[in-house]
Amino acid sequence: MIVGVGGQGTLLASRVLGSVGMREGCDVKVSEIHGMSQRGGSVVTYVKMGGKVHSPVIEEGEAHIVLAFEKLEALRWIRYLRPDGRIILNSQRIDPLPVILGESRYPDGVIREIKKRCPNVQVADALETARKCGNPKTMNVVLIGLLARSTRIKKETWLKALRDVIPERLLEVNLKAFEEGYNYSLV
Amino acid sequence: MKMLLLGNEAVARGAYESGATVATAYPGTPSTEITEALARYEEIYSEWSTNEKVALEVAAGASFAGARAICSMKHVGLNVAADPLFTLAYTGVNGGLVIAVADDPGMHSSQNEQDSRFYARAARIPMLEPSDSQECKDFVKEAFYLSEKFDTPVLVRLTTRVAHSRSMVELGEREDYRLKEYVKDEGKYVMMPAMARKRHGELEKRMAKIREFADESLLNRIEWGDRSIGVITSGVAYQYAREALGDVSYLKLGMVYPLPRKLIARFAKEVETLYVIEELEPFIEDQVRKMGIKVIGKELFPVVGELSARLISERVLGKKKELMDPPLEQLPVRPPVMCPGCPHRAVFYVLKKLRFTVNGDIGCYTLGALPPARAMDTCLCMGASVGMAHGMEKARGADFRKKTVAVIGDSTFIHSGITPLIDLVYNKGNSTVIILDNSITAMTGHQHNPSTGYTIKGEPTIAVDLVKLAEAVGVKRVRLVDPFELKELEKILKEETQADGPSVIIAKRPCALLKQVKFGPQVTVDRSKCKYCKACMVLGCPAISDTGDGIKVDEALCVGCGLCIELCRFGAFVKKAGEKSGGA
Repeated sequence: MIVGVGGQGTLLASRVLGSVGMREGCDVKVSEIHGMSQRGGSVVTYVKMGGKVHSPVIEEGEAHIVLAFEKLEALRWIRYLRPDGRIILNSQRIDPLPVILGESRYPDGVIREIKKRCPNVQVADALETARKCGNPKTMNVVLIGLLARSTRIKKETWLKALRDVIPERLLEVNLKAFEEGYNYSLV
Repeated sequence: MKMLLLGNEAVARGAYESGATVATAYPGTPSTEITEALARYEEIYSEWSTNEKVALEVAAGASFAGARAICSMKHVGLNVAADPLFTLAYTGVNGGLVIAVADDPGMHSSQNEQDSRFYARAARIPMLEPSDSQECKDFVKEAFYLSEKFDTPVLVRLTTRVAHSRSMVELGEREDYRLKEYVKDEGKYVMMPAMARKRHGELEKRMAKIREFADESLLNRIEWGDRSIGVITSGVAYQYAREALGDVSYLKLGMVYPLPRKLIARFAKEVETLYVIEELEPFIEDQVRKMGIKVIGKELFPVVGELSARLISERVLGKKKELMDPPLEQLPVRPPVMCPGCPHRAVFYVLKKLRFTVNGDIGCYTLGALPPARAMDTCLCMGASVGMAHGMEKARGADFRKKTVAVIGDSTFIHSGITPLIDLVYNKGNSTVIILDNSITAMTGHQHNPSTGYTIKGEPTIAVDLVKLAEAVGVKRVRLVDPFELKELEKILKEETQADGPSVIIAKRPCALLKQVKFGPQVTVDRSKCKYCKACMVLGCPAISDTGDGIKVDEALCVGCGLCIELCRFGAFVKKAGEKSGGA
């Protein structure tokens, strides 16, 4: 399950994961929501793969992995994780409009609250890593790199999937971002 | 070859493989990608039509002329196209005619969650309902076949979860479809009373044949499993049910109108407890009950919103799932917002300042209803703003009218704002209509429209001149303004609302997400000038925040549009000297 804020590149990430699933010979369903929520709202994309996938939707308590592009969104959707699931988290904070307007408060200790509920959390500053690669928009691919390392799927498959989805002119910087994510040293 | 396709892309592929040569649509979530995908096929003439009624008429013309044609829209678009739809059921077709309609249960991006299956029954047009992308492709091909076999348009209904889910599709070859001969036949194609009476009779004969077909068609299939539970279902609800209930027995309907009555009766006889599991209205359930069959349906499942596997599991099997603790405090919501640099922000800022009553319309700018602007009073359907402003004047008189406007986007205005503007002029109205001309159909993902000067395939074409159009229908007071000129905009708004006679104000500035839009350097705050009055917070720009001890501009978000510079009385916002443009 990929959660984040509209404009962060969740859709592209879900398409890469879908392609990985297909290359692994799985049945795959990727469920996106287009339209209004894309304008800076909270967005969630479901990626399911396996023998036979029926429902395209992931429901509460079902996700093996939550790939979170923003920490408040990770906490918002945490109930969708299975008890033994894990979270790969970009430590970025993006204030929602009610916080910007001073009507609500961005909660303190978001990562602590996440860790209380899920022992298996990997936190990375993927945005900073992406910046160092030369394009902050590759943050999504840094996170994919981080995810790739912790799966049994061959690295080569991930690289092929990236080539399936990302346009030629942006490939180089994204492959670099993937490598950085793949080799990211977690604290 | 297999590909991972959106349901919408698979619908397009189905039309392509069927040899379709004409595709029409008005964009609307969750249907838009069907026609975007169709436009990528060189062999298919595709267009963004001005609205869904026109789209269906163009497709009908193509069908009568002998081509296979597909017309796509969202559920509420079918309301707009309902006029030609009902009579097309009488005329039938020549080349196959398929109408793809995408419902939005749960209203992810819509103003209602109406169930378009009722249109199939009301107009007496067969309707197919796929449950994944492979079926989207296969069912569209079957729909073209049925359309020609039975001489009828065929509806294919999607819902958001089918339209916007990617799943695997086996691609096939394009059929070498030759145009059917066009033969003048006024008895079939000219619907006036004498001919229509005959055609209505034909329609009923045709329906009897299609009912027989439904009982034999492979579109409807029984999957036998444990017979203690039998489920009649279709579309994405079938997928939810399979996930929740596993190996029970299913009657999966691929054709939801007309229903296969014999098949249903046979299935019902062989299972102990029969459920109908369907999203939204009890469309199938009511018909099954009418057959005298005992069935469980909407007493267990809601008519509001989407179904889910969990809901089905809970209600049918009584299973509850243990979930982890919810987050301790109420988390701040993250609603969608107008983008940094959005031209609409300026208009709503001024409308809020003037405390006008604002009749809104459908588009990104409907976000003007949300905080901090909250500068919208009504939003009903495409084009409603203009007529509603006029109605408000007729109800409450001149004083009220002088503080009331209609706000409508360029594409929405062309879709259905022109006729109410003529109504307003003709019936001696005095309302002010603001056309937010951002030179694109933005909300649905940047489609061209008749005011942008480009076709769906990106070819240059004649652009509608909105000023001349307004003048031509009799509006004497037409004003053009850049909404980022806040003072000028406010002045014009005051003048036009005060003036007698109808006014049109065209607030023209392109969508900030368009590639050609470049604003120059980003903005920063000069702390020595900032009085911390927070007037800028009213803009609701995601890039401007109140840090508690001052105002800050977020570098990652600022595009350098400079609206805050225009607004601040103390000159506290300044462009960063010599820096590169802000990135959108």
